[in-house]
Amino acid sequence: MNKVAPIYGVLAEFENPDDLIQAVRRARAAGYRKMDAYTPFPVEHLPEELGVRHSGLPLIVLIGGLIGCATGFFLQYWISVFAYPLNSGGRPLNSWPAFIPVTFELTILVAALSAVLGMLGLNGLPMPYHPLFNNPRFALASRNRFFLCIESSDKRFNREETSKFLSELKPKGVSEVEEDSVNE
Amino acid sequence: MSQEIIGSGHTYATVTDKISSIVLTRKWSLNWLVGFAISFMLVMLLLVAMTYLFVRGIGIWGVNVPIGWGFAIINFVWWIGIGHAGTLISAILLLLRQEWRTSINRFAEAMTLFAVACAALFPILHLGRPWFAYWLIPYPNTMGIWPQFRSPLIWDVFAISTYGTVSLLFWFIGLIPDLATLRDRASSRFGRVIYGILAMGWRGSAIHWHRYDVAYLLLAGLATPLVVSVHTIVSFDFAIGIIPGWHTTIFPPYFVAGAIYSGFAMVMVLSIPIRAVYGLQDFITQRHLENMAKVMLATGLIVAYGYLMEAFMSWYSANQFERYMMLNRMWGPYAPIYWALILFNIVVPQALWFKRVRTSAMLLWFVALAVNIGMWLERFVIVVTSLHRDFLPSSWGMYYPTFWDWSTYIGTIGLFFAMLFLFLRFLPVISIFEMRTLVEKTESQ
Repeated sequence: MNKVAPIYGVLAEFENPDDLIQAVRRARAAGYRKMDAYTPFPVEHLPEELGVRHSGLPLIVLIGGLIGCATGFFLQYWISVFAYPLNSGGRPLNSWPAFIPVTFELTILVAALSAVLGMLGLNGLPMPYHPLFNNPRFALASRNRFFLCIESSDKRFNREETSKFLSELKPKGVSEVEEDSVNE
Repeated sequence: MSQEIIGSGHTYATVTDKISSIVLTRKWSLNWLVGFAISFMLVMLLLVAMTYLFVRGIGIWGVNVPIGWGFAIINFVWWIGIGHAGTLISAILLLLRQEWRTSINRFAEAMTLFAVACAALFPILHLGRPWFAYWLIPYPNTMGIWPQFRSPLIWDVFAISTYGTVSLLFWFIGLIPDLATLRDRASSRFGRVIYGILAMGWRGSAIHWHRYDVAYLLLAGLATPLVVSVHTIVSFDFAIGIIPGWHTTIFPPYFVAGAIYSGFAMVMVLSIPIRAVYGLQDFITQRHLENMAKVMLATGLIVAYGYLMEAFMSWYSANQFERYMMLNRMWGPYAPIYWALILFNIVVPQALWFKRVRTSAMLLWFVALAVNIGMWLERFVIVVTSLHRDFLPSSWGMYYPTFWDWSTYIGTIGLFFAMLFLFLRFLPVISIFEMRTLVEKTESQ
């Protein structure tokens, strides 16, 4: 082999969330930025430690809700006043109190859809393939283990030094993540 | 803490293995097969009843002037009421930080979805020409007509479809991390591929979890007013009409309370046998059952207040038709149903004041079943006794359900249970990742 297989990053495995948070702090103090932690459940304060500020989601949901609200009301307004005016019991054509339920329901519907699709979109899901899945230990990220991955795209990343650095953080183990899946 | 919401000695690994093993390693049990087979046969009965309905029209049901709304609307309101507990447990109890909800929310959400599916069948079936159900949706058409948005029946279309969609989203979003767990732990390639597709590549990234939490909380915030609005709109189907017994302002709050009441009762009816069969007593503990019993007692009292106010207002209104409606309910031809409703919905649940009843799974199961029956009778009383004797004695009539009424109703019960059996077999019945969070919290205390 004249060429070393490219790697996605170096993965350190921890037994509990406190060790992981300590490791994230040390790694950020050491200047690493391109890294992510993988946990079996949401760990409090972990996103902040990783430098994540806003999810951007509330704004998407607000906009979605407003679009749903406007669509709901003006759909009914246009139908009842212009497209198909009906005199029911002498009420005005724009009998807006009767339009509230549908307006409300469509507000919720579009807001909920934008919350879900927004979350999936921002997370880049669905993503059926990801290099991390090449690492056999990684399956435990959905059971009882906590992982920190420093990615090879980080400026300070160096295959040997980063592995050595992670080993100093008292992990259960450190392993490399291949960029491409190994064909059996 | 003497009463815990999770059995002692559990770790991240044990909760994961225990719950996922129900789906992944458990063999096909005879009980499951028999249960599923019976439900599936009832689904076939439903299909037969529906086919015959499509061929012959709604004349096969017992409905006729003056009782145009029979079993279809009774069952619709009953099912949609049952479908309220899931979102309530998931959304409102999440916002109130009631951690005990964790082990029952997944299951209650699934129950909600299936109940809404059963409920949504009925308004479509009772249309007369069900194949034109899509006319209810506003779309540009060559006939040049549009729906009437001042009608509560159109509000219903939007309320039910929104509720169904949002419940599905809420349930599916909650499932994604657990589907990833199943993907990582499935031993067969087929299982890995199917769960892998459904998990959409979830890998538990901290940044993903952050957005996930925000999305889940926002969905809970949106679902909370939604759950209240849905049964409010269902009650408008009645309250907007001028029929004595329907035209009252207490309907929305009392319908919502009744929905929560019957929903919790259904969760109880289902979760007590399930926790026994699958050995989940560590996760659905005595405390869960007791808390649900307390919610039932509280909402049951609100419902009782509703009945009382209905009776009081019909007297206080001094309106002869309102007064007659109430007397007819109590002493008319349908009086046994009214008093059975009072017995099942008000008298029997008073047993929940006693701690001995609240801590006995067996007694709770019977009380919950009584409430489910009582709530069905309530809808029967509201729909049928109000319609059968209104303003003109010359237009009075009686309603008797036919074989096809019963088979459609029982068929939907089969549909509900068939879907529930499939859910128990193929998806984790308790939210695994939320149980891990619970382990973390109880350990750090």
